[in-house]
Amino acid sequence: MHYGGKIITGLVIFLGLVSMPFWFNIGGSYEEPKVELPKNAKVCVAPTQNMRENHMKLLDQWRDMALREGKRTYISAKGDKYTISLQNTCMQCHTSKEQFCDKCHVDASVTPYCWDCHVPPKEAK
Amino acid sequence: MNALYSLVLVFALVLIALFGVGSAHMAGLFGTLLPYVAVAVFLVGFANRIIGWAKSPVPFRIPTTGGQQKSLDFIQHDRFDNPVTPGQTFIRMILEICCFRSLFRNTKVELRDGRVTYASSKFLWLFSLLFHYSFLLIVIRHMRLFFEPVPECIAFVEMIDGIMQIGVPRLYMSDLLILAGLGFLLGRRLKDPKLRYISLVTDYFPLLLIIGIALSGIYMRYFEHVDILAIKKLTMGLVTFSPVIPEGVSVVFFIHLFLVCVLLVYFPFSKLMHAGGVFLSPTRNMPNDTRINHHENPWNDPNIKPHSYEAYEDEFREAMIEAGLPVEKKA
Repeated sequence: MHYGGKIITGLVIFLGLVSMPFWFNIGGSYEEPKVELPKNAKVCVAPTQNMRENHMKLLDQWRDMALREGKRTYISAKGDKYTISLQNTCMQCHTSKEQFCDKCHVDASVTPYCWDCHVPPKEAK
Repeated sequence: MNALYSLVLVFALVLIALFGVGSAHMAGLFGTLLPYVAVAVFLVGFANRIIGWAKSPVPFRIPTTGGQQKSLDFIQHDRFDNPVTPGQTFIRMILEICCFRSLFRNTKVELRDGRVTYASSKFLWLFSLLFHYSFLLIVIRHMRLFFEPVPECIAFVEMIDGIMQIGVPRLYMSDLLILAGLGFLLGRRLKDPKLRYISLVTDYFPLLLIIGIALSGIYMRYFEHVDILAIKKLTMGLVTFSPVIPEGVSVVFFIHLFLVCVLLVYFPFSKLMHAGGVFLSPTRNMPNDTRINHHENPWNDPNIKPHSYEAYEDEFREAMIEAGLPVEKKA
């Protein structure tokens, strides 16, 4: 084999890179992050699965309604009224950013820019 | 017709996944078994192809060159288009692989006022670059689904890709650019009659397959908003060899995954192997030094000595004279 050494070295590096997710996780296990659920409330503005998938859309919509249209009242699908506010409505129940928001966001490597403007709540230590 | 066949083929694949998971409830097959098979076929097939190529001996220098050969000192030598040393060849290869330099030379032939004209055409080069680099970015970005904790460098690539901060979830530039690249690569085959004539199913199929993968991914991210943590549970289950099919994984994800599996299986047997083949192209990876170094054929058996015509005639002279063949020396 002409240049066999070089070719095999390159091939091994490539296959190693491609299969990295597998050998990097050898012996590892994965736990889905567990978010801290609020103690003072049972229902959110929308059903859980819907919130899991679409909360960013809702927050985006809320931002536009509150800041661009000046509307501060949101009526949910169930007909309940909510004041549109991240800090005064969402964080009322989900009191901790670290125990709620960050859990999944860190796991999925999502970095929303909510906290560029909003003040995150003080974490209990 | 070839484009249509390929389109039908990709649609059929989508339908297989759609009905396989949506109606036949074979999520276990599509979500666990197939990905393992696909990755195994890809790794073994890729290695097999490369080793097969490595075994084909190409000892003699046959580079295609695109510049002035090394000559007299006062003639300027084009080092990276006509390399003579391993170092120059290495740089030529890097430029070829990272910058697609040979595509930069692409020309188009046209009939203008009844005359054949040649003109530079950089679009193929530009859109190929867009496509390949977007694909690379997308693959790196997807690694967030296979590592826990997610390494900084992957998060960094994601940040750069979504730096425009358009919309929620953030719009990735690579998603648009890969579609632009693929759209052009497909469009150029369809538009130009000469290219259409030489395009086969094997040209259209990978393009349409990757378009299908990109579109299903874009649909999941920007339109359906799939439950990313359920998907991460599935992908992490795959890479930790404890596969699970969690609740709440959308059927579109299985379509996306199935198309990726088809791509992985198809890869080693198709022209997509240019990914590995470019490193082994003898017309690229050899220095043009045939006028500097004498080439000794490595297969020459040292026991076989050169046999000149004179020696041949000496050996067979009598038989040749007998048969009436002309000889140079009579006796």
